[in-house]
Amino acid sequence: MENPTPETIEGLLQAVHDPEIPSVSIVDLGMVGSVEMAGDVLNVSLLPTFVGCPAQRLIEAQVAARLSKALPGYHIGVRFNLTEAWSSTRISEAGRKALRAAGIAPPGRTLDEVACPFCGSANAVLENLFASTSCRSLYYCKQCRNPFEAFKPL
Amino acid sequence: MVPWSIEELKRESGARAAAGELLFQLADDDFIMGYRDQEWLGLAPHIEEDVAFGSIGQEEIGHAALYYRLLEELGFGRADDLASLRPAEERRNAVLLEQPNGTGDYLDNPHFDWAWTIVRHYCHDLWEIARLEGLRGSRVTPMREAAEKILGEKRYHRAHQELWMRTMASRNGESRERLASAVAHVGEWAGDLTEWGPARKDLIEWGILPDPDGVKAQFRHQLEAFLTVLDVSVPTIRMPFNGREGQHTKALTKALEHLSEVYRLDPLAQW
Repeated sequence: MENPTPETIEGLLQAVHDPEIPSVSIVDLGMVGSVEMAGDVLNVSLLPTFVGCPAQRLIEAQVAARLSKALPGYHIGVRFNLTEAWSSTRISEAGRKALRAAGIAPPGRTLDEVACPFCGSANAVLENLFASTSCRSLYYCKQCRNPFEAFKPL
Repeated sequence: MVPWSIEELKRESGARAAAGELLFQLADDDFIMGYRDQEWLGLAPHIEEDVAFGSIGQEEIGHAALYYRLLEELGFGRADDLASLRPAEERRNAVLLEQPNGTGDYLDNPHFDWAWTIVRHYCHDLWEIARLEGLRGSRVTPMREAAEKILGEKRYHRAHQELWMRTMASRNGESRERLASAVAHVGEWAGDLTEWGPARKDLIEWGILPDPDGVKAQFRHQLEAFLTVLDVSVPTIRMPFNGREGQHTKALTKALEHLSEVYRLDPLAQW
C-alpha cells in the first residue's frame, strides 16, 4: 500500500471540528501543526488555540479515530504540543468565511479591526474582551444593532 | 548558554530543583486564582461579565495545568495529584491570591468585593506577565515555549482588569473610593507576590530565568505607572506571610479542602 500524502491526511482531517465552532474544521482553524510519516507510523501534532481550551482531549480523540478508521494498519500518534505557537493568522480564508457564516467575526490584526458578521459594518464597539469561549470577544454592532462575537487576534 | 530540553534539565539536580520551585510558584498561583475566579460564577456584576470572568478563570486553570504537566515531566509527580492533593504547606502560591473574594461563602451569604477581586487579579496578571517575559530568555526550551504561548492570553486578562480599574477610577464618589481602598488592601497582602523563594540565585546561575531582579523592577514600574494614570496612591506593600516559602493562611486550607473534595474520593478515577 502506498503511504498517504500530507494532502490526503489534511483532507481526512477536514471532517474534524472544534466542538465549540462546529462549522469550521481544525485544518481551516490552523490547528494542525505537522504530519510526520515514517514507515507505518503516522504522527500528527496539533496546536492548541488557547492553552486552557477544554476541547483539546476531545479533538485529539476525534483525530485519532478519524485517521485509524481511514488508514487501518498504521500506528497513529496524535498529540497537542507547543513547539509552534498557534496564532489567529493561521486561520485559512475558507475558515474565515465559515466563521462569518456562523455569526462569528474572523480575527483582525487588532481588536479594532472587526466587521459585523451580520451586516458587514465596521461600526462596532467592543463590549467585553471575554465572551462565551476563551477565543472570542463580545462586540455590539451600532449599524444593525446586533451583539456579536469575534475571534480574538492572538 | 546551550538550550536544554526537559531531559537535559533533569540531569542537573540543582537546576531541576530551581526550575521546579519556579514552576510550582507559577502553577499554584494560577490554580488558586482560577479557583477564586470561579467562585464569582453567578455573582459577577452583570451577566456578560459573569461569562467573561468564567472564561478568565478557565484560562487560569488551563495555564496551571500546563505548568503542572511540565512538573510531571520533570518527575515531581502526577499533574492531577500535584494540583489536587498537596497540602497547604507544600503550596508555593502568593498568600495574596488565596485570600477570599470577600466575606461570606460561595454557598452561604456571599458578600464578595469586586474592586478587591479586580485589583488583586490585575497585580497577579502583571506579575505573571513579567515572569513570563523573563522566561523568554530561559535556556529551558519547553519553559520558553510555554511562556510564549501563555503570554498572548495573559495580556488579555491584564487588559480586562485595566478596563475595569479605569472605569472605577473615572467616577468620583463610591466608585473611586472603593478602588482606592481595594488598592490599599491589596498592598497589605502583596509582599510575597514578587518573592522568588529559595531558588532566586539558582535561577540566575543555571540560566532558567536569567534576570529575576529585572522582572521585579518591571512589575514595580508598570504598577506605579498605571496607578499614577488612575490618580490612585501607590500602596505600602506588606508581607504578613511568605507563600513562596510555604507559609499560608487558613483561607488556603479551606479552599483546598473544597476544591479537592471530589478528586480525593477516588484519586485513580479516569476523568
